[in-house]
Amino acid sequence: MWTWFHKLSSPKWFYQISGRWLPWIACAAVLFLTAGLIMALAYAPADYQQGNSFRIMYIHVPSAILAQSCYMMMAVAGGIVLIWRIKLAEMALKCIAPFGASITFLALVTGGIWGYPTWGTWWVWDARGTSMLILLFLYFGVIALQSAISTASGAARAGSLLALVGLVNIPIIKYSVEWWNTLHQPATFKLTEKPSMPVEMWSPLLVMVIAFYLVFGVVLILRLRNEILEREHKTNWVRKLIETPIESSTTSVEKTSATKRGA
Amino acid sequence: MIGRELLIAARYPAEILNPLVFFLMVVALFPLGISPEPEFLSLIAGPVIWIAALLALMLSLDSLFKNDFDDGSLEQLLISPSPIAMMVLVKVITHWFTTVFPIILLAPVLALMLHLPAEGYGALFLTLLLGTPTISLIGGIGAALTVGLHRGGVLLSLIVLPLFIPILVFSASAIEAANMGMLYNPQLAILAAMLLLALLAAPFATAFALKISINN
Amino acid sequence: MPQALLRAENLLFEYDDLLLFEDLNFSARPGEVIYVEGPNGSGKTTLLKILCGLIDPVEGQVYWQDQRINSAASHYRENLLYLGHHAGIKSSLTARENLKWLLSLRGVRGRVEIEHALALSGLAGFEDIPCGYLSAGQKRRVSLARMFISNEKVWILDEPFTAIDKGGVATLESAINQHAEQGGVVFITTHQQMNLTVPTEHLVLG
Repeated sequence: MWTWFHKLSSPKWFYQISGRWLPWIACAAVLFLTAGLIMALAYAPADYQQGNSFRIMYIHVPSAILAQSCYMMMAVAGGIVLIWRIKLAEMALKCIAPFGASITFLALVTGGIWGYPTWGTWWVWDARGTSMLILLFLYFGVIALQSAISTASGAARAGSLLALVGLVNIPIIKYSVEWWNTLHQPATFKLTEKPSMPVEMWSPLLVMVIAFYLVFGVVLILRLRNEILEREHKTNWVRKLIETPIESSTTSVEKTSATKRGA
Repeated sequence: MIGRELLIAARYPAEILNPLVFFLMVVALFPLGISPEPEFLSLIAGPVIWIAALLALMLSLDSLFKNDFDDGSLEQLLISPSPIAMMVLVKVITHWFTTVFPIILLAPVLALMLHLPAEGYGALFLTLLLGTPTISLIGGIGAALTVGLHRGGVLLSLIVLPLFIPILVFSASAIEAANMGMLYNPQLAILAAMLLLALLAAPFATAFALKISINN
Repeated sequence: MPQALLRAENLLFEYDDLLLFEDLNFSARPGEVIYVEGPNGSGKTTLLKILCGLIDPVEGQVYWQDQRINSAASHYRENLLYLGHHAGIKSSLTARENLKWLLSLRGVRGRVEIEHALALSGLAGFEDIPCGYLSAGQKRRVSLARMFISNEKVWILDEPFTAIDKGGVATLESAINQHAEQGGVVFITTHQQMNLTVPTEHLVLG
């Protein structure tokens, strides 16, 4: 178990193995995404109240779920950084944060797009939306702190601590926002209040959630591989990797050729 | 340790006065910017005073470890045999006492100017008393993380402000409840619980953050 | 051969891509003075901070009496005197107050010793002036006065003679000699030629 852990945490090993995984995960992501979209747009029936506008839910809900689990994963990576000082976790932390912020932003935007035709307003200060907004702030904090520190490992360690402090705070924030919400809002707005969703409605949602996680996996691996090449560019194996292919001018070409050889 | 901190504070009275004046000015902006109507002001008095106190406190946090970092005291602190978390706690408490406590004392005067209902004073005072130490303790983590950075000020606000939201929410709701003549014990209990949690955990996180910062 | 007080094994340090040193092995026995030498930017200050436990090396370990300095932290720190470029002198406090605080960090209170140390480092008459008003050399002397009250076995001195005049340097040299004779260890970086009577070693970086 322990040796496996260490092996997995070696950037070189991860680079090689992830090259092998990547095509499969990417294929699966495309598959699920296409299937999910077709199901969401064609298979799921229109809502009897909201008509077709509810279909944005199939983007909104998965991104909201992913936004929260991204923060969780970032904090877990942070814990690994602080306890075991594993370089790969440092890189993961750096890669997850911007993705998490973007997906949180997506959740907020799709929430607005959903809200406008439904309630006639782009933004309501409801508990879920506000929690999402605060989550976005938390992401911004981690990103800003990391980019302010010049050394990569220092940035990762500071970001890790902040991510962990944020993680401890998230339940408290959620609780406080719900408290605040019940005081100030008559409970008329409830975003995903669906007492009984028929199976044609929730099954596309399930597929989309899986698709989003797969997309996250693909993006994370791609970013990590880039980060590994950048951080390890002085090591022998990266040098060999970069020098062997024919004169390539862009990094993306280098990367794809490297992927092929890994596979 | 406490003696030294107080002595340094006493030699620089501006460090105590500036946040206080800032607090006063921010509060004054609200009637000027929104409306001087007493009925309206009495509605927003509690939250406005809280937000102004929060901002004043946060601005002063930036200097919590900065001077010690610049003159090498921080290094001496980190290599001293006494537990670092303990010394961090002492620093945060003295900082709270010299910078925040005057703000709390000034708050009733501002509440008077904003026509806070008489029922709200007790809640305002108690929430400030229970809530601001938590803010100092959590803010100390942020101050420690940003201590070695140039222009850490805005960054510090950015990373710690979201963490202060629960305290603001419960404090404002306690004052609102008090204004309406309702009980606000639950809010106070929650604030006290958060303070306790911060007292137990924050000094260690801050000590750890200082070690990270000195490594950069 | 007496046992080594401080020992470093396979130290490696780098800032991202900038390698400062690697495979650094050395040990310091009681009575030794070790010069840490090297051009600017070769990592002298970083090495001294690693020896203090302020900075963690990327690889390798530092041992205090055969225990890792992190696991024997409080015992090691009781025996460690570190004077860096800035040695914790507050300009709003007087020389006496500053010294008192530096000592209180180690749980020492010695009114008489403080006066004695201040006199030895040539600050008699300046004890009650806030350090902000003192000259650079005098400020430096305030922190160096710690050397005259020290019961720590390991001294780590980073450019202690900056801004110090000749007479001051001679006093400090004799303090270092005396410390080494009593079985202490000194790590020092300096551009100054020193006259020491005790055995010295050179550790060259870069």
